[in-house]
Amino acid sequence: MKDGASSHDSQMFDCRVAFADELTHLARENEKIVAVCNDSVGSSNLGAFQKEFPDRLINVGIAEQNMIGVSAGLSNGGFIPFVCAATPFLTGRALEQIKADIAYSGYPVVLCGMSPGLAYGELGPTHHSVEDLPWLRAIAGLTLIVPADPTQTRDAVRWAATANVPVFLRIGRTKVPEVTPRGMPLRVGQADQLRDGSDVTVIATGVMVARALAAAEALAKIGIKARIINMSTVQPIDKETIIRAARETGRIVTVEEAVVRGGLGSAVAEVVVQEHPVPMRLLGVTDFAPTGNVEFLLDYFKLNSDGIVGAAIDLMRR
Amino acid sequence: MSDSPMTQPFPFAVVPPQTFAAVPSSQRAQMLALQSREMRKTILQTIAHAGLGHIGGDLSVIDILATLFFAVLRVDPDHPQAPDRDRFILSKGHCAVSLYTVLARAGFIPGAWLADFAKPMSPLSGHPNRNKVPGVESCTGPLGHGLPVGVGCAIAARMSGASWRTFVVLGDGELQEGSNWEAAMAAGHRHLSNLVAVIDRNRLQMGARTEDTNGLEPLADKWRAFGWAVMEVDGHDHEALYQAFTAAPDGKPRCVIANTVKGKGVSFMEDRAEWHHKVPNAGQLEQAIVELSK
Ligand SMILES: Cc1ncc(C[n+]2csc(CCOP(=O)(O)OP(=O)(O)O)c2C)c(N)n1
Repeated sequence: MKDGASSHDSQMFDCRVAFADELTHLARENEKIVAVCNDSVGSSNLGAFQKEFPDRLINVGIAEQNMIGVSAGLSNGGFIPFVCAATPFLTGRALEQIKADIAYSGYPVVLCGMSPGLAYGELGPTHHSVEDLPWLRAIAGLTLIVPADPTQTRDAVRWAATANVPVFLRIGRTKVPEVTPRGMPLRVGQADQLRDGSDVTVIATGVMVARALAAAEALAKIGIKARIINMSTVQPIDKETIIRAARETGRIVTVEEAVVRGGLGSAVAEVVVQEHPVPMRLLGVTDFAPTGNVEFLLDYFKLNSDGIVGAAIDLMRR
Repeated sequence: MSDSPMTQPFPFAVVPPQTFAAVPSSQRAQMLALQSREMRKTILQTIAHAGLGHIGGDLSVIDILATLFFAVLRVDPDHPQAPDRDRFILSKGHCAVSLYTVLARAGFIPGAWLADFAKPMSPLSGHPNRNKVPGVESCTGPLGHGLPVGVGCAIAARMSGASWRTFVVLGDGELQEGSNWEAAMAAGHRHLSNLVAVIDRNRLQMGARTEDTNGLEPLADKWRAFGWAVMEVDGHDHEALYQAFTAAPDGKPRCVIANTVKGKGVSFMEDRAEWHHKVPNAGQLEQAIVELSK
């Protein structure tokens, strides 16, 4: 594995573990918290939750549209549903329910998309969730959070439980290191600058944050100073941080484990073109993936340190 | 796991579709059972080799696939897109390995492809892709998609005045998806007697038993109420399956509820939820092959 994000010295985590642990913890403190799932107790890591709170786990079976409607009803009845399902089925299958029953209706349901992006690797494009960011970003009133590591995952779960707004959490399965500096809390709606730089800004989210940090190291070696931003809230997006990056570094690369059309990159570009136009490169998934495991696919789409370095150099040469 | 050698060399002997359609019924059952047994071994080896796959559902559905491909479906590996072919859709697309296995054995794809199942750039992904694999009619994987597509195929055949039939194989857990019932209602309404839905009724879904999760019973009554002719058979009895698939149409779409055992044929996998997508280790593979060779 050539990518710095996967080097052996840093410990790697499956964010679903931190997610389930934090949710179970919160459920002990607040009896209104319930989990809703679609035959996904195992894949959502809800085994421990089920054991401790068997009556507060509502498994509707393999029926995602119903699952979202049921969650809206539970919210109406005073509960705080955390809906846990594989992201492609949670979002794609039940998109209209998310729009009408959750966002438009204004129910503070927490949609927890498990194993997003290319995490399902060999299972193929039906199971990849790379369209969820654009799909959900198109819906008004939905807060989209993509935690980059276990620390942010725990913070996001905690925040969502009391935020009283519809939320989508993108809970990664692809292993990541901790990228959040100790003591830096997740501030929903605000980006985190993880490294300063003056030549180019890399704005990343989720799995890609660690890879962006690795790219910054590689760029530093050839004299390019890259600023690294973790955009953990994709909606509403942190305009100020984006405008400052455009003004101060003059070049922006975005990188996400999602299609390039309409997700984080587009959200950043919408701000940049209207407020302070600078050259950009948008990295993401460009097509239905071929067969391969997640590491192969991330490399295939150049969603790695090399890909980010290449895009930054390309911008520097303009 | 991924570099364990395939113990059986590929490619293996090809058995063309419908090979056992015309033989006497007593022999047919025996011959189909032999095919199923060999294919069970191939499924186990392919999954162990790749390190992933949905083994339990592959083993429960393989007798259904053997019967369809070697005795019922009018399909031609040399002309997989022939306009008048019967249409076959595996709606429970997670059981792709069972489909790839029968397609390889029937001559649609080279047997050697199985050794590369799920490997980088392989045409054989974890779920079947109609644009990469001859014989695959529909890209399935998300549950609850096959029957609506099958209803469309059946309407198309009728509109063209064609005699080809459409077969859709569904999981029982899959029936919890509402889209199936929208399709079932449409097929009943239109009296699509050229459509057959086969339910692999193994009573398990991913995490638990169907009846403990979101119960389906009374299942036959549900299909009848939607305007379908229902037949219940032992899903591991090839002759019973053959009779159900070839029975004369009676003006309605037909639902064949095939009662099966998840993990069928391997003692320690049978009827065990955890073998939905567990991968056998070398020792387990060996034991399974021994059991299937008896
Ligand atoms: C829309 C959708 N939701 C969830 C899944 C995840 N999933 C894959 S297989 C499976 C269980 C299927 O059970 P069943 O239909 O009974 O199949 P079998 O037991 O024959 O394998 C689930 C929930 C999926 N593939 N598609």
